[in-house]
Amino acid sequence: MNMEEFRIRTRQVVNDPTLTYHQRKHYLAGLAEGVLEYPTLSEAAAEALNKQIICDLFEGPAPYRGRYILPNYAKALQNGSAHLELDAPTDLDEALNFLLIMYTQVPSITGYPVYLGDFDKILEPYVADEDDESLYRKLKLFWRALDRMLPDAFVHTNLGPHDSRISRTLFRIERELLQVVPNVSLKVDPDLTPDDLILDAVMTVFETGKPHFVSHPLMVRDLGEDYAAVSCYNSLKIGGGSHTLNRLNLKEVALLHQGNIDSFLDETLPHYVELLAELIEARIRYLVEDAKFFEHDFLAVEGLIELDKFSAMYGVYGLAESVDLLMEAAGKEGRYGHDEEANALSYRIIERISTLVADRPMPYCEGNNGRAFLHSQSGIDSDLEVTAGTRIPIGEEPEMFDHIRAVAPHHDLFPAGVSDIFHVEDTVRRNPSAMVDIIRGAFREGMRDFTFNLATNGFIRITGYLVRKCDVEQFDEMGGRHGSTVFAAGSVKNSHVTNRYVKRVLSRESSPRAPQ
Amino acid sequence: MRAAQGHLNDVIRFSAVDGPGNRFVVFLQGCNFDCIACHNPYTINECDSCGVCVEPCPEMVLWFDGRHQVVVDDDQCTDCGICIDVCPSDSTPLSKMVELDDLLGRIEEVSHFISGITVSGGEPTLQADYVAGLFCSLKCSDKLGHLTTFVDSNGSADRETWDRLLPVMDGAMVDLKALDPGTHKEMTGVDNAAVLDSIRYLAEWQRLYEVRLLMVPGKNDSPEVVERTARWLFDVDPEMRIKLIGFRQHGVRPQFSHIPEAEAAHIESLAEIIKKVGIKELVVV
Repeated sequence: MNMEEFRIRTRQVVNDPTLTYHQRKHYLAGLAEGVLEYPTLSEAAAEALNKQIICDLFEGPAPYRGRYILPNYAKALQNGSAHLELDAPTDLDEALNFLLIMYTQVPSITGYPVYLGDFDKILEPYVADEDDESLYRKLKLFWRALDRMLPDAFVHTNLGPHDSRISRTLFRIERELLQVVPNVSLKVDPDLTPDDLILDAVMTVFETGKPHFVSHPLMVRDLGEDYAAVSCYNSLKIGGGSHTLNRLNLKEVALLHQGNIDSFLDETLPHYVELLAELIEARIRYLVEDAKFFEHDFLAVEGLIELDKFSAMYGVYGLAESVDLLMEAAGKEGRYGHDEEANALSYRIIERISTLVADRPMPYCEGNNGRAFLHSQSGIDSDLEVTAGTRIPIGEEPEMFDHIRAVAPHHDLFPAGVSDIFHVEDTVRRNPSAMVDIIRGAFREGMRDFTFNLATNGFIRITGYLVRKCDVEQFDEMGGRHGSTVFAAGSVKNSHVTNRYVKRVLSRESSPRAPQ
Repeated sequence: MRAAQGHLNDVIRFSAVDGPGNRFVVFLQGCNFDCIACHNPYTINECDSCGVCVEPCPEMVLWFDGRHQVVVDDDQCTDCGICIDVCPSDSTPLSKMVELDDLLGRIEEVSHFISGITVSGGEPTLQADYVAGLFCSLKCSDKLGHLTTFVDSNGSADRETWDRLLPVMDGAMVDLKALDPGTHKEMTGVDNAAVLDSIRYLAEWQRLYEVRLLMVPGKNDSPEVVERTARWLFDVDPEMRIKLIGFRQHGVRPQFSHIPEAEAAHIESLAEIIKKVGIKELVVV
């Protein structure tokens, strides 16, 4: 971008009537970062980035904070913070006050914390003296403050797998306040999570589209006990996080490929997998070695995050188009999601990528034994004619059982998250235990994480994050208080998310850059 | 006696509207009522292979086999529904004789997603041997023994038929079209003595999951009739679960298209009457 373009873009942001003051500041910072030179890449990687075959999700050329940071809030509450000049809280009021202060200091790609802690666990030490009414009142004020102070749908909390008074109270508050923030995930363990808690969560889904459901045993297998789902279904280690999230456009890779399926898997795919790995490595090195984030940020200094719990996220998307293109080139009609041979090919592609990523050493990724975490990336607002992650394209989804059976095998291979969103008929409102059955069945089928959407509540999932339908409708005229609404408005225009087949909803991820 | 084959119209693998939890629903072909408000009239009669549907099929997947029976190529059928629209006999060429083991295999495939099975129709008790065989196989199975077994019935079965099902049936949903025999006959073509007796008998055995009252405007939806019906049901079992449903035109045969749809406000007022009688568990649809 030359100086004249830079001035025009800057002026556009400054004068954009749809942006709040904070949003303008955020985008101005992005524009400033954008004029710096990119970390050194090979010619091939630079070209692939330029052509968006590999994509850095507009994170900016000079990463100065990790993309997703999961502070160890339990430790902070236990020890207090010298940087924040806060003693360890002794009761619930002090704990909530402590957290609200701390959230303002947690860096992230959006400017707002993507993880707020597992509330049922971190608040447990402070609620013994609170009666139900007092707990409800205090948490409700806290909940409202989160939505108003951290207006970003990527702000995320986790509950479960055990039942708790805190989780029950928060679900009740969720159903009353109908807020976008925070996003919520419920960790479900078939042996530890009672039906009754899942039922309470389902009743909350009916009103708010939240929570998202996570397979606790699968996550513990891959990440250990201390994990959380953050932002848009990114599962990472608590006390750690992800330096960066970059992604490979499998549709573009398939379009560039000439040859049969075997040569795709053995030659073309490994070539681009390595180019994305190179991009990820360059970005990690800049963050750790040049911006020296882990040497000065108070979270690292106070041991609330540890470099050796970090890794990077290796995203893939456009699997559906990739499979269909390869099938077509092989003279076959079967399509991803509907045909066993096409599905089998999709599993081969993801298994191949999984092996390649697992064999590729990555610096500063001790959080995953020196490797990046594979992630099924759920899209951004500007994606056109390419399907999120490993999903089945909008409007082509088979009925729910076939849908689950087709996508579930992928879930095993994505420790950093793969989300599918199922649209359900409104009739299920009268029979929420049917949803409990489906949730338990989906986990037994091997699903890692997923959520449901109903046409008749006031929310819509765009790329995985929620927005209120009324906010999207008003956005073009009036702007939105939540930073994420701007992405949603783009998504709705670009992919007809409000116009989709009545069964499913696509989910995609944000691009932290200025609207144009 | 265990019938190895049942006459199936279709199955639905996930249903949230046919009993508790998520359920696999089996729709059997054939019914002994002829209800004016029937939403799936193509399940009433057996196909007589008259062949009226063969010519109009746009996919040309219907034809006569060597025995002059209408058959369908399942793989090529697009479920467009034209054969059902043109059928003069309230039937379908798409129903099938299905082996019990095949059906069990299909249930096993989804067994970890469901609370149980509901057999609907048509009128499932007309194939009571097949239904009893199905339920019995489920109850005896290591893998499928956890599934609950429900029947969605018009209530026409006699006690002997219910006795065959009761040992292996967890619950029944029974439609009560009208308490008054004359109205019942007008709405279904038959008398309701058997239906009332089924309700009593199933309640006595604590297998009556719910009674469904379909409110058809001008037929059975006057406050006085509904109150009397609710009282009768309350006397049978004060813990009775009732589902109150307003009539919709969806799927109804053209000759009954003049029947108006139920109005939500009226259904709400009827719900209040039923509650006043003392019914505690009332679901309004």
